[in-house]
Amino acid sequence: MKIGTPKESFEGEARVAMTPDSALQLQKLGYECAIETGAGQAAGFSDASYKDAGVEVVKTAAALWKGADIVAKVRQPDAAELKRLTKDKTLISFFNPAGNEDGLKAAKKKGANVIAMEMVPRISRAQKMDALSSMANIAGYRAVIEAGNNFGRFFTGQITAAGKVPPAKVLVVGAGVAGLAAIGTSTSLGAITYAFDVRPEVAEQVESMGAEFVYLDFEEDAQDGAATGGYASVQSEEFRNAQLAKFREIAPDIDIVITTALIPNRPAPKLWLADMIAAMKPGSVIVDLAAEQGGNAEGTVKDEKIVTENGVTIVGYTDFASRMGAQASSLYATNIRHMMTDLTPEKDGQIVHDMEDDVIRGATVTYQGDITFPPPPPKVQAIAAQPKKEVKELTPDEIRAQEAAAFREQTRNQVALLGIGGALILLAGLYAPASFMQHFIVFVLAVFVGFQVIWGVAHSLHTPLMAITNGISSIIIVGALMQIGSGNFLVILLAALSVFMAGINIFGGFAVTRRMLAMFQKS
Amino acid sequence: MDFGFTTAAYVVAAVLFILALGGLSNQESAKRAVWYGIVGMGLAVFATLVGPGGGLWWLSIILIAAGGVIGLQLAGRVQMTQMPELVAAMHSLVGLAAVFVGFNAHFVIGQIGATLDTESLGNFAKLVAKKDAVEINILRVELFLGVFIGAITFTGSVIAYGKLAGRVSSAATKLPGGHLLNAGAAALSVICLFWYLNAGGFLPLLLMTLAALFIGYHLIMGIGGADMPVVVSMLNSYSGWAAAAIGFSLGNDLLIVVGALVGSSGAILSYIMCKAMNRSFVSVILGGFGGPAGEQMAVEGEMIAIEADGVATSLNEADSVIIIPGYGMAVAQAQAAVADLTRKLRAKGKSVRFAIHPVAGRLPGHMNVLLAEAKVPYDIVLEMDEINEDFPETDVAIVIGSNDIVNPAAQDDPNSPIAGMPVLECWKAKQVFVSKRGQGTGYSGIENPLFFKENTRMFYGDAKASLDKLLPLID
Repeated sequence: MKIGTPKESFEGEARVAMTPDSALQLQKLGYECAIETGAGQAAGFSDASYKDAGVEVVKTAAALWKGADIVAKVRQPDAAELKRLTKDKTLISFFNPAGNEDGLKAAKKKGANVIAMEMVPRISRAQKMDALSSMANIAGYRAVIEAGNNFGRFFTGQITAAGKVPPAKVLVVGAGVAGLAAIGTSTSLGAITYAFDVRPEVAEQVESMGAEFVYLDFEEDAQDGAATGGYASVQSEEFRNAQLAKFREIAPDIDIVITTALIPNRPAPKLWLADMIAAMKPGSVIVDLAAEQGGNAEGTVKDEKIVTENGVTIVGYTDFASRMGAQASSLYATNIRHMMTDLTPEKDGQIVHDMEDDVIRGATVTYQGDITFPPPPPKVQAIAAQPKKEVKELTPDEIRAQEAAAFREQTRNQVALLGIGGALILLAGLYAPASFMQHFIVFVLAVFVGFQVIWGVAHSLHTPLMAITNGISSIIIVGALMQIGSGNFLVILLAALSVFMAGINIFGGFAVTRRMLAMFQKS
Repeated sequence: MDFGFTTAAYVVAAVLFILALGGLSNQESAKRAVWYGIVGMGLAVFATLVGPGGGLWWLSIILIAAGGVIGLQLAGRVQMTQMPELVAAMHSLVGLAAVFVGFNAHFVIGQIGATLDTESLGNFAKLVAKKDAVEINILRVELFLGVFIGAITFTGSVIAYGKLAGRVSSAATKLPGGHLLNAGAAALSVICLFWYLNAGGFLPLLLMTLAALFIGYHLIMGIGGADMPVVVSMLNSYSGWAAAAIGFSLGNDLLIVVGALVGSSGAILSYIMCKAMNRSFVSVILGGFGGPAGEQMAVEGEMIAIEADGVATSLNEADSVIIIPGYGMAVAQAQAAVADLTRKLRAKGKSVRFAIHPVAGRLPGHMNVLLAEAKVPYDIVLEMDEINEDFPETDVAIVIGSNDIVNPAAQDDPNSPIAGMPVLECWKAKQVFVSKRGQGTGYSGIENPLFFKENTRMFYGDAKASLDKLLPLID
């Protein structure tokens, strides 16, 4: 089958759903690849580089759509593109099924199968095709870069001959994928970074990225991010008030605010209100990654950069990923390629649309003339489900007490064992004749010596130990040699057999031990 | 020469044996230690021949020489992967010899009762003739025990050999009746003991021997392949105890000392193995794992396969690598390929080490010997306790043919049948590759969540074939 990628029709979109690298991988799956001429231009991939990767370059979009069985693109298809769908085609792209009813209906009418990349379930198995995450990662990074671009100062603190520069203070609201990427970028540029999220369980991740988690003085049953597929959900009024109060308190200190708070299928919550913006220093920057859904900051204008009266810049771009076309394209193309891998279990270039598969089912929004959105909840739990283990820190006193108890226990055991053993031996001594006890003493001492000696044997030499004990235990030959001189034929026969077998063992055991030991060599 | 010289020689031999075992505490002194053992054995045999030995010098020497030729042949030819079989086979010989020597002691007692002319019966009979009635009874208990343990060791080792060599199915199989049969046979042996003490005939001894042979057979048949390290060390221990019991009945201190040394050595090895599986000795011997205490944790995620080029890329980029070999490496005879890989990686200045779990393989220390054979230097082959802390700083961990010993469920899932077993924490490494034949579960039948971890990639295929594919890709 043939996979085709058209040039994105959306104005200013720089991404492309197929790169020369991903095309090579797709060809390994058995597919032919085609691309519309100039599709990769904005992302820095020339037609020639595609040709080198064995991709057919098609002149027009119409021809590409006609020839391809599978169309992979980035942006939600427009009306013209939807018209080009036919019954036997599969479309893989962002689709925004929740807000794109017309698109769903159009695809249903055409009978095409549509896989919406934003619908890939958030389970660990599907992470490799989670395009929302890979795009959010880029957006988080770019948000910091945009902020720096509009911020008239350094991120990192410096003491120079020309004066002292304080470090910038960055607040990241929402520690999802984008938030964490922003935190990572910001800390690596040297800014003091704070982060906030309604899910307290992400505090650990935030701190591991080098930022400080902003805790609220608020007691409430922590909401379990796992219950909502790893996303945040709506909070209570009290919680919101506590959160806003905290923001209000820190707003005057913060130089850069990056807001990433989104709740699926709802307008973005307003978290950075007008009075907080007013309290910020002139020259501060707010980057609102939620601008598409109305923005987290009051005053965000979608797709625009504005400056407030008190000199705070608010960036409301929605195309952060597209602004990093090359990077975004290679990640997105890899996501698509992983999706194709899952759709091609036999690696034979034939698509198998398995509606029993959680991931494929979840992402499919129209299938064979039916709208299959919204999908049933996935059978597998979301990734965030991690029961926390409580490890109690022991105080030094407790540790000492434990050690003392262990020592007492050990002493008790040892004394008890010695007592029992001693008593048994004494008991035997009462009844057994002296000649037996003489041998018995030898036996007990030998066992004792054996235990002491064997504990010292290196673990790596346990096999040679077994081989040499094998050889040594043929000391039974001594017994047989003592008996072999008996007058009785049967005794001689059995003793002779024993001598023979022990002979095998002695030589075999020692020889193989030597052979093994000779192999152990130091580097 | 008289008995004084023999006793002196025995003392020297005993000391040499102790030094031989003690010398195994490290690889260099071990090479010397084995000579102590050889000299000790030579001295013991020589002293016995010239001392209390029963004459028939030439026969004895010819038999020893003949046995020696076969022994040397075996030792020279055996593949290192076959060591477990060889060890088991040799145990069976010791067990059988113990049975024969025990029988002989019985016959000699009988002859002494029958004739007053002890001179003609040889040195051992002279010794026996001096004993009074109580001592004779004790002698009987001793030889009875010696034969009992020897017989169990014999059939047990034969079965263990069969399982290890693949001639007997390595699955745990029991006759209907299970351990009741063993208990019955043991009870029969006890009855025979009293019968024997009262009547003194050969029949009870023979009956007990048959019962013990059955116990040995049935007990080991009921134990699965992966528990063989414990079984073999247990049999090792038994062969020692049998020698000690025979030593008692012959009144020979050297036999007692050496038997006790070997017995305690095997016992300690069994203990170490059991500890490493977090199971009691009894539960291993009685076979099977303890039933799961409850619902086991569901494993989520998927096994992600990877090809040789992917593994090679990671290895080329890695600075530190830890390899975890298991029985699968021995089965695939992949140790030489593993050693080649190690050499190549080390030549590029990477740190490569091996992590050995105490129960990896089918014999205690089996992996160490295999790696040594392939010329992997022993100072980069580390024990679990020495290396477990280092996984978080390791770039790549490669699991070759091991499963349960790298199962995180032992730590995470209190309901897992192997909960609490110490395991190699390879999943803490940045990247884990698992070389495995197929998708099945391990010996214990327990799902391994390691294979589903995000940083794990499955490198399917026969271990040797996979490594051979990988080797040219390491540049």
